[in-house]
Amino acid sequence: MTDYKMHILVCGGTGCRASQSEKIVDAFKSELETRALDDEVKVIATGCFGFCEKGPIVKIIPDNTFYVQVGVVDVKDIVEEHVIKGRPLKRLLYHDPATKSQVTDTAHIDFYKKQVRIALRNCGFINPENIDEYIARDGYAALGKALSEMTPADATQLVKDSGLRGRGGGGFPTGLKWEITAKEKSDQKYVVCNADEGDPGAFMDRSILEGDPHSVIEAMAICGYCIGASKGLVYIRAEYPLAINRLKIALEQAREYGLLGDDILGSGFNFDIDIRYGAGAFVCGEETALIHSMEGHRGEPTFKPPFPSVSGYLGKPTNVNNVETFANVPVIFNKGVEWFSSIGSEKSKGTKVFALAGKVNNVGLIEVPMGITLREVIFDIGGGIRGGKKFKAVQTGGPSGGCLTEQHLDTPIDYDNLIAAGSMMGSGGMIVMDEDDCMVSIAKFYLEFTLEESCGKCTPCRIGNKRLHEILDKITKGKGTLEDIERLRVLGNVIKDTSLCGLGQTSPNPILSTLDNFYDEYLAHVNDKKCPAGQCKDLVRYEIDPDACTGCTLCFRNCPVGAISGEKKMPHYIDQTLCIKCGVCYEKCRFKAISIV
Amino acid sequence: MPKVKLSEYATSTVKEVCASFNNKEGELINVLHQVQQKLGYLPAEVQELVAKELNMSAAKVYGVVTFYSFFTMVPQGENPISICMGTACYVRGGEQVLDEFKRQLKIDVGETTADGKFSLSALRCVGACGLAPVVLVGEKVHGRVAPTDVRKILSECKDGCLT
Repeated sequence: MTDYKMHILVCGGTGCRASQSEKIVDAFKSELETRALDDEVKVIATGCFGFCEKGPIVKIIPDNTFYVQVGVVDVKDIVEEHVIKGRPLKRLLYHDPATKSQVTDTAHIDFYKKQVRIALRNCGFINPENIDEYIARDGYAALGKALSEMTPADATQLVKDSGLRGRGGGGFPTGLKWEITAKEKSDQKYVVCNADEGDPGAFMDRSILEGDPHSVIEAMAICGYCIGASKGLVYIRAEYPLAINRLKIALEQAREYGLLGDDILGSGFNFDIDIRYGAGAFVCGEETALIHSMEGHRGEPTFKPPFPSVSGYLGKPTNVNNVETFANVPVIFNKGVEWFSSIGSEKSKGTKVFALAGKVNNVGLIEVPMGITLREVIFDIGGGIRGGKKFKAVQTGGPSGGCLTEQHLDTPIDYDNLIAAGSMMGSGGMIVMDEDDCMVSIAKFYLEFTLEESCGKCTPCRIGNKRLHEILDKITKGKGTLEDIERLRVLGNVIKDTSLCGLGQTSPNPILSTLDNFYDEYLAHVNDKKCPAGQCKDLVRYEIDPDACTGCTLCFRNCPVGAISGEKKMPHYIDQTLCIKCGVCYEKCRFKAISIV
Repeated sequence: MPKVKLSEYATSTVKEVCASFNNKEGELINVLHQVQQKLGYLPAEVQELVAKELNMSAAKVYGVVTFYSFFTMVPQGENPISICMGTACYVRGGEQVLDEFKRQLKIDVGETTADGKFSLSALRCVGACGLAPVVLVGEKVHGRVAPTDVRKILSECKDGCLT
């Protein structure tokens, strides 16, 4: 990166690409070319910057200026003002809502202040399609160090000492897992990277693979060296075309550089990586199901033991870790155990990446030290709740997790605390909810997901969840009874205790945690036949207050079914027999004349 | 489902794909991915041929095809519409948007309109949560969609703006 005077980094993550960031890259290139600046300024499409809310993001180094919500039309101005005249283009800088001032660099943006980036260290800094840029940031130094200076046992011990735990959700100590697999004797062992991110509302692993694929490749090779495997497999969702493409490019480059293949760095160690495609089955996040899927079968889990570390892919010892776990490994080798374990809480070391989404102001991908509180994440990094609404709950752990409430806001986030609070770390989805969200509906939403994704192998999960869903459906339609609520609790606990795999064992969590934390809301649905949040269609009605209605006709024009009638400048009226309760009129009304009753 | 007579092209495609994976049973999922990519969907006849080529039972192929949501046995519409039903999109109104698509197209999730123009599916998390709720038409992403935008999105497709 030495030949250029300036670099323009454009976010090439999925969120920003959805807002046409690729066209921004092209526009920069052609603009620079016409001004004959393309020898001095380089344009790079990077991985995700994380601040998806304000995308597309453009960052200019060396001065670290951070532009938000950039459009193709802004490219010319940035080149003229910033690149040529050397002064930041004010209108595209981040506007701090608290101080009402403009901020030029990430160090002064609240969204970034409390973040510590380890797994995401290269996302948004390097061109993921260029191995040299990874190497320039200490890439493959860890592999070199392990191969030349350490025995496999020493390297495994280092991972063990770091306290790194599985970031896929379970939190099993990574070094211990490696050690167990290393101890097995076999002619062939496998390193598997689980990139089958199925949690709805989570995109951490995908962002790492899109933004920094080499860190995963390097870590897999180190793992291969530690456990004595010469073969690695990445099991990735076929729905992630960009991540797959970047991974393929990275594998090719690593092979060219002799960092994969035979006799890596002259050490005599052989290792190569293949890609296997998932096909959309949440249960395949479970190790044994994943392995069956890689073998070409239905992704159904099997009973453990035997654990994959003893008998996994094709019956051989297999070590399965998730993408984010792997992404942490090279840094631990480079910066040392002491550095890594100084970050985080006592039993959970390092950081965790979360996909922060829902009703917060700053949606995005964040990486925070373990032990940070939910309050800091939601209110400092997330910028608080949208539209000045009231915080109600935060859901972690996806369909396997639970909803936490205001009373948990000051709980430090780590594996053990989240479980104690009735949720779990999970893979890193973090969905914030406000007063308008009905917790019974949320529980039902997650259960619908589980129902669809249950593989059907064991009875408690297949039939039990179906029954739970029926009861929830009844409650949201105002037909539930007090006994139904009790039945949810009893049946939920039975499913937890008797299901075969992690999916079933955790599937009732969203219900059980909302029952614990929002029991009143269940009661309101059952006893009063009311939905306090106004979400359950069968329990609400939209009404126009004739005194407040100005007859602006906005609701009339927007109603998709023509249920609203009324003359201009006269109060309007909703025909309840036609109304489909879509809520459009309620959102459109500028005079607060429409209420949910 | 009605019997489909496989075209010459389909037959040779399936055979080629299977051969490229050395007709190995363990490569079934990779084979299905490639065949679907080339033919658009996996009708029963294709599955039977895959089974024959890989020397395994058609029941097993069918078992795998129906297990994974990515595989489809019905042809997709000219404009495949996917509504993100990830949690982030759900809490920002994804369901209302889905309802409106269902209402306007008069089809349910997983179905294709009679004229073959549109098919509707729900998917889980596109990874563009900053733009929630998100709708995909083909590869094009529409962000921050409200039920009132549905008509416009559909009319854009009909006008052939879709690439």
